[in-house]
Amino acid sequence: MLQIKNLTKIYDGGVKALENVSFDVPDGQFLAVIGLSGSGKSTLLRCINRLIEPTDGQILWNGEDITKASPEEMRRIRRKIGMVFQHFNLVHRSKVITNVLAGRLGYINPAWSFLNRFPKQDIQKAYQQMERVGIADKANHRADELSGGQQQRVGIARALMQDPQMILADEPVASLDPVLAHSIMKHLEDINEKDHVTVLCSLHFLDLVHRYADRVVALNQGQLVFEGLPSEIDDQKFKDIYGRDAERVG
Amino acid sequence: MDATQSGLGEKTMNNNNDKKASPWKSIQLGLAILFGFVVYAYGFQITKVDLEDLRSERRQQSLVRVMRALARPEILEYEQQEEVINTPVYVTCPASGVPTLPGADTSGPYLIVTPACAEPGETVQVEGFNFAPNTAGPLRFVPGNDPANTVTLGRDNVQTDASGYFVVDFILPKRPSEDVQYIRATLSQNVGAPRFTKTAYDTWEKIIETVFLALLATTFGTFLAIPLSFIAARNLMKPVRSPLASIALSLLGWPIGIAIGYVIVRWVEGWSSPFAGNIPVNLISMIIAPVLVWFGLRWALPQEEITVPSTSTRMTRLVVLILTILVGFYGLFQLASLSMNLGRLSMTSLGSLAFLGNFLFQAGDIVSIITPALGGLAAGGALSSFMGRIGQRSTEKLSINSAKLFNITFSTLAGAVTFVLIGQLIEWLYQITNPFYTLWGPLVTGALLGLVVAVVTKAKDTLPTGMVIYYVTRTFLNGLRSIEALVMAIVFVIAVGIGPFAGVMALGLHTIVSLAKLYSEQVESIMAGPLEAIQATGANRLQTIVYAVIPQIIPPYISYTMYRWDINVRMSTIIGFVGGGGIGFLLQQNINLLNYRAASAQMFAIAIVVASMDYISSVLREKYV
Repeated sequence: MLQIKNLTKIYDGGVKALENVSFDVPDGQFLAVIGLSGSGKSTLLRCINRLIEPTDGQILWNGEDITKASPEEMRRIRRKIGMVFQHFNLVHRSKVITNVLAGRLGYINPAWSFLNRFPKQDIQKAYQQMERVGIADKANHRADELSGGQQQRVGIARALMQDPQMILADEPVASLDPVLAHSIMKHLEDINEKDHVTVLCSLHFLDLVHRYADRVVALNQGQLVFEGLPSEIDDQKFKDIYGRDAERVG
Repeated sequence: MDATQSGLGEKTMNNNNDKKASPWKSIQLGLAILFGFVVYAYGFQITKVDLEDLRSERRQQSLVRVMRALARPEILEYEQQEEVINTPVYVTCPASGVPTLPGADTSGPYLIVTPACAEPGETVQVEGFNFAPNTAGPLRFVPGNDPANTVTLGRDNVQTDASGYFVVDFILPKRPSEDVQYIRATLSQNVGAPRFTKTAYDTWEKIIETVFLALLATTFGTFLAIPLSFIAARNLMKPVRSPLASIALSLLGWPIGIAIGYVIVRWVEGWSSPFAGNIPVNLISMIIAPVLVWFGLRWALPQEEITVPSTSTRMTRLVVLILTILVGFYGLFQLASLSMNLGRLSMTSLGSLAFLGNFLFQAGDIVSIITPALGGLAAGGALSSFMGRIGQRSTEKLSINSAKLFNITFSTLAGAVTFVLIGQLIEWLYQITNPFYTLWGPLVTGALLGLVVAVVTKAKDTLPTGMVIYYVTRTFLNGLRSIEALVMAIVFVIAVGIGPFAGVMALGLHTIVSLAKLYSEQVESIMAGPLEAIQATGANRLQTIVYAVIPQIIPPYISYTMYRWDINVRMSTIIGFVGGGGIGFLLQQNINLLNYRAASAQMFAIAIVVASMDYISSVLREKYV
């Protein structure tokens, strides 16, 4: 169970990215986070694994307060939270297999990382995960030789290496075409259903939300403006979320 | 769509407004031009721009002479075959008339002077026959009546045509004599294949020295610049914040750790030294020590750990780790002895490959010298990070009031210790010998400063340690970078004596500071995305650097290193001017001796090396970047 309580983030320049946001996510749920660009979706997701330090509020995960965790506790928490990014965030010049193995770093003793060595079982695991997302044949290619859809699958394999209990997906399909978008979303759905991993996924297109999400939270200018089932988003709700001039597409 | 159009419209209008000439703008422009004029006028005055000298005939002649010499580098020479022919001539015709001379031997080369006698200062015509075709050489007057006389007067250059004939007007010198005197033609001819001059050999030897000087300086510089570049990169250092207790304890950890580490490693050295000359013991140690270290490390630092280990396991591991490290240092000392012993052996037995032995010996010597320092630094770093972690933990666990007390105690202590150490450094440098200034004063100042910092900061606040380190490193780098390698070389020549080693040290130091700056700017411009992604997996700072930063900076690092090698090759050509070895010494010598042809050979060598460096680096860049 992930509980967000009164989460507020004010950036150095005084921009309020999140204001008093509170909601709960039960284990195993596929939660979509929607809202305009700049509404605070990315900030919200990054506050959960503290890539961004929240200004105020609490984030409780299975009873443990993430916002109070010391660096060492944070390492243990982060390794259980996979993250998938809009721009994939692969290390371009490294091989695909290295990018996937990087998901294991939270478990590996830092003293060994100078040698760039991973235990045998991790390497096996990496091949299994690549098999699962269908890129095992690309293991020894450089990451930047892959197409966008393949790169995102590497990103998912990297998250899976963490044995995650939760995956944060920050607009995972915003840089992909509709066909690839569905294939990536299906992988996330599969992970959610088969491995019972909680997924928090920010999305732009409502058809994807309807198709994949169990529940939706919507942000507008840092405030929570909607929380409910995807089917509950009617025209009035839509205008609350996206502003009065917005028109529904797709 | 509407919004876009109106937006465009506004922009165009703004542009129109901008274009409208305002008198203020014209005045600004005029002032700027006037200012530029004054600046350059003053610049001409200061740098004494004056073309008058260039017009003087004498300077032009010297310039032409030097340019011609520079255009003919002294690289190749030929074996010379000379034809020396003397022919008699009378300067002032003898009163008794010209005695009939024996007819010249027309089978070989010969000279005919017409007329055979003339007054001093008069012109005679000299013709040469049967010489080797297309040869050149001087035509001289030989005073006295000895054709073998080496003293000559006057000089005319002659050049034979295809049939070996030349004709020239020769002015007789003012050296009247009753006796017969001679005119001598010395025509020389290149024979055989060209060969390298002595200058060429010297240049070759020195350019090799130069290239290797630059190579060593670049290698050492690069190795040390890489870690420095990480702590001089803003994006990596900005997130580094730690509580005051942690900072104070790690500051205390450094000197204590260095002292302990140094003592312990010297103790290990004492263990190793009785066997220093014993090669079998060296060899056995070299097999056993690495194996022990490997298994010790494998056991003490498990690669992957899912659960948090118990305290007793942790303590056992720590003990094993320390023992392992001691064995490792013993191994290093044994390695050094082995390398020195093998080096000494092979220096005497390998003959022309003795330089390999020398390398082994010197490398062993370097290892044995730096190992204690390394041990000190390692222990310092380890203790500092350990104590820093204790500080971090206590800040987390203690109540606000106890944390404050903790901060005050250790911050005061750390301030005092740091300032006393600085005071002692000043004492050592300037020999003030007044403990008030170098011991008690810093002690009180440091303690007070630490106390004030501890009182002012809130108990559990974190301080921007990273940015402090960043600014200190930057200042240090900029300060050292502003000292030219040439100046550093002067210092190192005093430290290690005249020769290429001083040059290596000077260039190496300069390479460290300038590469660290260039590198750190590359680190600052890497893509933040992968960094974020690696951090999100739970990787710590070190892992983030190894897996997200290093792969991104390899291409610029390679190209900067190549560029630096290029700079170092060029720098090492002048580092010899102050005794730092390399080709500069020869170049300077030849310029001072006005031996421009030799200097030209050295300049050619430099140009070739620099050009091939450029080519090699572009090939490498294409391949690896």
